[in-house]
Amino acid sequence: MQALYAQLLVGLINGSFYALLSLGLAVIFGMLNIINFAHGALYMMGAFVAYFLLNIGGINYWWALLLAPIVVGIFGMILERTMLQWLTGLDHLYGLLLTFGIALIVQGVFQNYFGSSGMPYAIPDQLKGGMNLGFMFLPVYRGWVVIFSLVVCIATWFLIEKTRLGAYLRAATENPTLVRAFGVNVPRMITLTYGLGVGLAALAGVLSAPINQVRPLMGADLIIVVFAVVVIGGMGSIMGSIITGFALGVIEGMTKYFYPEASNTVVFVLMVLVLLVKPTGLTGRAA
Amino acid sequence: MTALTDDTLPVAPRAIRDEMIVFVAMALLLAAVPFSGIYPFFVMQALCFALLACAFNLLIGYGGLLSFGHAMFMGTAGYCSAHALKVWALPPELGILVGVAGAFVLSLITGYISIRRQGIYFSMITLALSQLLYFIYLQAPFTHGEDGIQGIPQGHMFGVFDLSKPTVLYYVVLVGFLAGFLLIYRIINSPFGEVLKAIRENEPRAISLGYRTDQYKFLAFVLSGTLAGLAGSLKVFVAQNASLTDVHWSMSGEVVLMTLVGGLGTVFGPVVGAFAIIAMQQYLAGFGQWVTVIQGSIFVICVLTFRRGVIGEIAHYFRRSL
Repeated sequence: MQALYAQLLVGLINGSFYALLSLGLAVIFGMLNIINFAHGALYMMGAFVAYFLLNIGGINYWWALLLAPIVVGIFGMILERTMLQWLTGLDHLYGLLLTFGIALIVQGVFQNYFGSSGMPYAIPDQLKGGMNLGFMFLPVYRGWVVIFSLVVCIATWFLIEKTRLGAYLRAATENPTLVRAFGVNVPRMITLTYGLGVGLAALAGVLSAPINQVRPLMGADLIIVVFAVVVIGGMGSIMGSIITGFALGVIEGMTKYFYPEASNTVVFVLMVLVLLVKPTGLTGRAA
Repeated sequence: MTALTDDTLPVAPRAIRDEMIVFVAMALLLAAVPFSGIYPFFVMQALCFALLACAFNLLIGYGGLLSFGHAMFMGTAGYCSAHALKVWALPPELGILVGVAGAFVLSLITGYISIRRQGIYFSMITLALSQLLYFIYLQAPFTHGEDGIQGIPQGHMFGVFDLSKPTVLYYVVLVGFLAGFLLIYRIINSPFGEVLKAIRENEPRAISLGYRTDQYKFLAFVLSGTLAGLAGSLKVFVAQNASLTDVHWSMSGEVVLMTLVGGLGTVFGPVVGAFAIIAMQQYLAGFGQWVTVIQGSIFVICVLTFRRGVIGEIAHYFRRSL
């Protein structure tokens, strides 16, 4: 049973990353009509920024948690201003191709300087050690990742669904021209939205650094899984993305325990099953 | 779906004549390669990728469907052919047939699943399916995991042509490429191809005219996947191995890049693009990961400034379709 709980925890952690990343993809897709293929590369950048902050600037994990999403978010906003904004009105596929190119560039540059092997990032002192919960041993850092991700996800949901800013955002997703007519600076909102989505990816990268090590290709395979998560959950609803992300992480963790051979493929197999039964995705509307 | 290309005029007899002239010139040029002193291995490899890119282009350029997993057909056909040649010791012609059949079956299954969603979802689904297949091949015993299937015997085609001789192999690959190319050209200019273009331009309208668009897209997917399989089978004879790199998503990305550089929805663009990208990899092989960076930059530059691709720009300048 110990092993099952341990795998469940790993599943919840992966689920946190799926949730944070698919949430960002959904928000970006809503505003920019772009599937951000660079999301995995920007997640990786988040981890690297944390690594640089610690090893070059001597800035600790807690500041990295705040600074890395801001740094990567600004990088994302520059990408949006200089490149992505020119794709408005073009077919969706050009956005995918452009961001795929950006992902190749970013990952290639990091691979050139850091090779393909992982670099360790120490768990901050405050979160070292573990707790005995009676039925299992819980490493504190892992528990922290799950709870903190959940809080960030809920906060993002609240921001978009319950605040005035979120209302503008949802309105601009539905009809940008009309919202512009009301005097809202929609292009600036688009840039900020991309920054927000990218920042969430970078945050996931910082959270994952002490667990998965810092590697240039850490986001390359992850983004494909997240795409499958997005296909399963659909991009119509924020809460849908969060729940699907966590649920698939847990299912993947369970698979690692019961049938480890399929742990790499279970998300994709689920995607196939969902497509066969309900082609529009679990929460999605037809695209 | 908005248009990928702006030259949507019906194909005039003159355009077909132009294209046939270019085709004959291309065939003659390629047939002369063994006498030119150019390294035939490089051209053979490029021809395999050119056929793969043409097959991919059939789907994106004429059907408006961006598959981000086309390497899975090439890789699957490669594994099937390699297995048939090495383990079952079949002659080359049957080895190719087994590979193409493998890609055909795979495209039936993946097409049935992925065609259910449109646009950007279709791309994500094909990518995810190819990743699923990658992990299956990584673990399946017959692919030999990371090592791949190596030392594949080339044998005698139809019992006559000795494929271990580079020149003979070159012409076999060339014939395979030209046959595949002509078939794709025929499909594009058939009534089926016209309906496909109509669906790309305006799907709801095609549906209202009574076309079962899903069936057309499914058929295009299967044709494209099967022809990509032919490319994979031919590549087995050239490389004499079948490995995981041919199934990996980065390979699918390269195919997209080739077609984009040459020109999405142009007849000759994928061929030009394939030669350009393969040549680039050849010359920059010593630069390690910078090749990836350069490929990424080409993606960015193409999408931002050069969406018609090389052949598309030329065709646009001369107001012809190529």
